[in-house]
Amino acid sequence: MRKAFSILKIPLVIGLICAPLIMVLDGENEAGAFSNQIIQKGATGTDVIELQTRLKHIGFYTGNVDGVFGWGTYWAVRNFQYEFGMDVDGLVGPDMKAKLAKTTKYAPGQGSKSPDNSQTNQSKPKDSNVQAKNVPSGYSQNDIKLLANAVYGESRGEPYEGQVAVAAVILNRVQSASFPNTVSGVIFEPRAFTAVSDGQIWLAPNEKAKEAVIDAINGWDPTGEALYYFNPNTATSGWIWTRPQIKQIGKHIFCE
Amino acid sequence: MIRSLLIGVLAVGVVGTSYWGYKEHQEKNAVLINAENTYQRAFHDLNFHMDALEEKIGSTLAMNSRGSLSPALTEVWRLTSEAQNDVGQLPLTLMPFNKTEEFLTNIGSFSYRVAVRDLDENPLSDEEYETLKNLHSHSNDIKNELRKVQAMVIDHNLRWMDVELALASEGQPQDNTIIDGFKTVDKQVEGYSEVNWGPEVTQLNAKKENLDKNIKGKKLSEEEAKKHVIDFLDIDPKAKIEITTTGDESKYKAYSVSIENKDKKSSTNLDVTQKGANPIWILMDREIGEQKLSLNEAADQARAFLKEHDITNMTISESSQYDRMGVFTFVYQQGDVAIYPDAVHIKVALDNGDISGYESQDYLTNHHERSLITPTISRDEALDQVNPNVQIMDEGLGVIRNDLGEEVLCYEFMGTIEKETYRIFINAENGREERVEKMDGTEMNYDTA
Repeated sequence: MRKAFSILKIPLVIGLICAPLIMVLDGENEAGAFSNQIIQKGATGTDVIELQTRLKHIGFYTGNVDGVFGWGTYWAVRNFQYEFGMDVDGLVGPDMKAKLAKTTKYAPGQGSKSPDNSQTNQSKPKDSNVQAKNVPSGYSQNDIKLLANAVYGESRGEPYEGQVAVAAVILNRVQSASFPNTVSGVIFEPRAFTAVSDGQIWLAPNEKAKEAVIDAINGWDPTGEALYYFNPNTATSGWIWTRPQIKQIGKHIFCE
Repeated sequence: MIRSLLIGVLAVGVVGTSYWGYKEHQEKNAVLINAENTYQRAFHDLNFHMDALEEKIGSTLAMNSRGSLSPALTEVWRLTSEAQNDVGQLPLTLMPFNKTEEFLTNIGSFSYRVAVRDLDENPLSDEEYETLKNLHSHSNDIKNELRKVQAMVIDHNLRWMDVELALASEGQPQDNTIIDGFKTVDKQVEGYSEVNWGPEVTQLNAKKENLDKNIKGKKLSEEEAKKHVIDFLDIDPKAKIEITTTGDESKYKAYSVSIENKDKKSSTNLDVTQKGANPIWILMDREIGEQKLSLNEAADQARAFLKEHDITNMTISESSQYDRMGVFTFVYQQGDVAIYPDAVHIKVALDNGDISGYESQDYLTNHHERSLITPTISRDEALDQVNPNVQIMDEGLGVIRNDLGEEVLCYEFMGTIEKETYRIFINAENGREERVEKMDGTEMNYDTA
């Protein structure tokens, strides 16, 4: 109970400070629910929902209110800043929030009136209205899930670094001339991964595996551009030992 | 009475079991045949596509005009990708067939590059014609070898399932006809090193060497590297640190360092270059708590980190929040030009602002002061090259790597068509549209779980 109170306290204090200020500016509007963070491109959460709703209200933003500060929102913010004679930097700071509060209406919960409510993530009630996700450019959430499945099936007992490494090897293969050119092509290549052959790929991956995949897509490659790896205790191919070895991470030896 | 009843029950049991067993056997066979057929299809498709490839390359040799050469080369490019697709479906992953696959890719990128070029302005050079001739004779060899294998498969009813079994059995000499056939093909391709592919293809394989080449300074010992790491990460010198050297045969010259931190229940792993101990990448693993920092504050942390380590003049080109992580891409800014190849990635934990990841391979490989040309065409001339439907929102100058792997100075225009955002690079020297990217990065949540 104490904890709940202390979490409530912060917006309450901000609300108390801001309320008279905004009421002076515009008696009609409620105090904004914006927290005091500076919102920048790439951010997700309730603040972004409020921002999008408010910008949509005055016609600057035409996309979906999805809770992710993407390009559409970015241009809307910049246009707003331009129209109102502010610095055009795409950052939503206190000035811009005040301007927004003055010119637009927002009732919390407004953004969630979309029919897609069933899709929202119930484990995090705080962000329950956020209906989209950031994905690394060029990859879909389903690609990421498939990769996470493969990483989890192949290396769930490995250290985090080893999981990123397995994801990196898959991505290196997609890039490589001697392997298929798609994520699914590489993963389902016959005999390429034991987890695929024995069905362990269909175990539900944990959050660690997903994080490892996103790191690998974003450029982390702990393997030094390896194309193969094997567990020296269970390797069934003699040929794999002839590949130039780069390093060992956990139980896996990575090679070129 | 009881006895005959018992016999009756047992008899029914035996009949039932054998029926069940027979059914199981049938089902198993059906699944096996199904798998075998998938392999057979991919294998015969591969042969068909190699036949067609050889024929197409052959016919380009007799062509002269752009009107017929471009479509024919595009066809070659398509066939190589089909053939590669077929190879990807066969159980050849753990045996030497990669030379052949590389060869196919190289044919593909060579023919694509020539096909999309304006051949009226820039016709096939003598070297390229020579390359095509080489490709024709090599693809002919490959085709013939594969045909031999194909004939044997058909005549003797060879099964790909046996290939799988042969490959899976460790240690035994793999005397499988199909495997031998494919090995012969790959041996042959290995001898084709004299093919002159032109600049693009050689580019592909040189990344690691460039990393080592671009870094100045002398090679440090493991102990010296360790000191640098302690200094860089600002950790307790008495912390438990393990360090290993990467393989001698690898071009990737690095030390791998692993640091346990029992108090914080975290571990940090990183690779540093052997020369000068520059971190190539860092990953910290620990549980991330509730989000306390905004993405903007996290960006400040990332900037501070770069500043602390004397990586200067970096600007954010991308920022994204993934759950409780902020991930930022910084690129080097030389004057008012963004140098996109010199990029680092930084990952910040949004609970306490720790730098939980750092990645600088591209930066280390590419970074140097460039002598930048002054643009020969003006900003307005460049803008004329941009599709008039794009509404320009932002612009600047940037250096990118083009399709041929060369660094080119470009005017960079960000703009929108309807709700989509595009980034367009126009070469500042000749006005060529070097690259057009559709910018995305957000996706609706499709989670059904």
